[in-house]
Amino acid sequence: MKNLQELQDIRDKMKTIVNTRENHDDSVNIIVGMATCGIAAGARDILNKFNEEILKRDIHGVMVSQSGCMGNCQYEPMVQIIDGDKKTTYVCITPEKVKKIVEQHIIKKIPVTEFTIDQVK
Amino acid sequence: MFRSHVMVCGGTGCTSSNSQKIIDEFNKEIKAAGLSEEVQVVKTGCFGLCALGPIVVVHPEGSFYSRVKPEDVKEIVLEHLLKGRVVTRLLYDETVNEGIVTSLNNTNFYKNQMRVALRNCGRIDPNNIEEYIAYDGYRALGKVLTEMTPEQVIKTVLDSGLRGRGGGGFPTGRKWSLAAMNEAEQKYVCCNADEGDPGAFMDRSILEGDPHAVIEAMAIAGYAIGATKGYVYIRAEYPIAVQRLQKAIDDAREYGLLGENIFSTGFDFDIEIKLGAGAFVCGEETALLNSIEGKRGEPRPRPPFPAQKGLFGKPTILNNVETYANIPQIILKGPEWFSSIGTEKSKGTKVFALGGKIKHTGLVEIPMGTTLRTVIEDIGGGIPNGKKFKAAQTGGPSGGCIPASLIDTPIDYDNLIAIGSMMGSGGLIVMDDDTCMVDIAKFFLQFTVEESCGKCTPCRVGTKRLLELLNKITSGNGTMEDLDKIEDLCHFIKENSQCGLGQTAPNPVLSTLRYFRDEYISHIVDKTCPAGVCKDLLKYRILEDKCKGCTMCKRVCPAGAISGEVRNPHIIDTSKCIKCGACLANCKFGAIVKE
Repeated sequence: MKNLQELQDIRDKMKTIVNTRENHDDSVNIIVGMATCGIAAGARDILNKFNEEILKRDIHGVMVSQSGCMGNCQYEPMVQIIDGDKKTTYVCITPEKVKKIVEQHIIKKIPVTEFTIDQVK
Repeated sequence: MFRSHVMVCGGTGCTSSNSQKIIDEFNKEIKAAGLSEEVQVVKTGCFGLCALGPIVVVHPEGSFYSRVKPEDVKEIVLEHLLKGRVVTRLLYDETVNEGIVTSLNNTNFYKNQMRVALRNCGRIDPNNIEEYIAYDGYRALGKVLTEMTPEQVIKTVLDSGLRGRGGGGFPTGRKWSLAAMNEAEQKYVCCNADEGDPGAFMDRSILEGDPHAVIEAMAIAGYAIGATKGYVYIRAEYPIAVQRLQKAIDDAREYGLLGENIFSTGFDFDIEIKLGAGAFVCGEETALLNSIEGKRGEPRPRPPFPAQKGLFGKPTILNNVETYANIPQIILKGPEWFSSIGTEKSKGTKVFALGGKIKHTGLVEIPMGTTLRTVIEDIGGGIPNGKKFKAAQTGGPSGGCIPASLIDTPIDYDNLIAIGSMMGSGGLIVMDDDTCMVDIAKFFLQFTVEESCGKCTPCRVGTKRLLELLNKITSGNGTMEDLDKIEDLCHFIKENSQCGLGQTAPNPVLSTLRYFRDEYISHIVDKTCPAGVCKDLLKYRILEDKCKGCTMCKRVCPAGAISGEVRNPHIIDTSKCIKCGACLANCKFGAIVKE
């Protein structure tokens, strides 16, 4: 290492990795339902897609976690986004929908109403 | 990208309760579940809650699993990592409240703490230099080398009010400026990692959990005083710390953060490890320097002080591990930030190793000025088994006892000295009613008798004679005149010993005499030990009306001291009794008393 810029580059690269360990109380929580029904419907790809998009766009203050069965097995994969006291539930999620949710809901803070549970039901 | 990080404690405490096996098991089960690409297993430093080890924390949820066994790993992988269902039965009970999982930072153990020196312990993989860099590692060194003059660095440390964390409490900035003022073609930066106090393990934990912080701070110190060479003196009894520190030094060299021309600024600095054989006296600064030079670990007269003529006769600074661990944060966050924490004359935080009769044995870091009550009752979880707090011992064999009446004393350097104890390196041993204070004084004195290097007579002979006087008292042969003799001898040893070891060795005796004189008197006048510890003064007796004659005590007595017929009261022959307590522990009718 010859200069401070190189140190900064390592720091930036590693920061995105270790960020998972930081518990910000004010962070937006993306919860993917990962019960047997969810996994069977492809929830694992959804979970990884969220992580991939967030890493790609260098978004901070977002926690991607998983939960057990959310109770509407026919609508899996399901995703809940909790932002403060606002809770949005998305159903029948595909990797393409993930992209749109990240762009609109996570970045612009506008829920994608066409994918939410009340629309689909 | 790993969506989940499994942090497994790899400190000495958890390692000795099999955490390596847990790591292996996690790797195996994660692979079997097909999650190798998604979940990362990290071996970290100490989390602090050693009583509940081995500890596993799963992020991003921050689930804190305690007392994890290798058999539990499969369940955590299949339930938590695969299906997102937290295994509540393994969670630390304070983080689960009526089925709702609360954040670790809200538990009594963590919420009163402030982690500065321990900030990376449990958060990073100490063997991965890049993880240290992620948490601002080596940024302070970069800042110092590119933006600050050595004088500015020393001024920053002076202004922060940081004092030595090894025990003495000497202002760190003053030490540095003295060494900087002395001109020499070679100077040295040394680190005292010869943690010798019984019960203290913070230096070991910092080196195990965050070795780069110490390396970075030593390089900063080298720049400030004009030294290019550093030594870490660490005891060989700390194999994990030695191994991780060596790896950290090697990695720092490889990344160009140690060696020549660091950050292309023309500054050279390198560090070497010196292993100590574990002599307590080598924690004393001049004895430590002698030992690094390859000489016998005996103190030298001061002056000259190490800042004038230290290692190999050159100007040297010697700081403790915990002191160094604070330096990078002071540089990055500024001296005002650091001096805003703590009390008027004691700034910042202090790490304590909680031990003895306390629920949460472990490592805690508190702002200076926190009361002993907060440390023991809130953070430490109180005294187990419903016993009463009697006293706390700080400062190890050089320190003293703080009685229950002074539990609301805010902890800082000056308050502890005022009440006859001292900060020391931060060992805090909690005692309950079952502890005999004369016995405790004897325990610490026995330690100094064994560890005295023998160079000066007051320490070598004085501590031995003092121990004999205490033994006389605990065996029931003491007289009231002995108490005066003890006090005289204590003052004599303190005033005439050459180094800190002898000068502080009588402290445990003096402080127990000051606060628990009545216990000494009970031993002398009533020939009893109120706590029931001193064997020579104990007597076991069978209460005739309660004894059912079950013969249990007779059968368990290893000395054959109990006699009696079935269904008739038994008796103990006190001349044969070895006072092991086996009869008392086995009597189902409460018919045996210790008095």
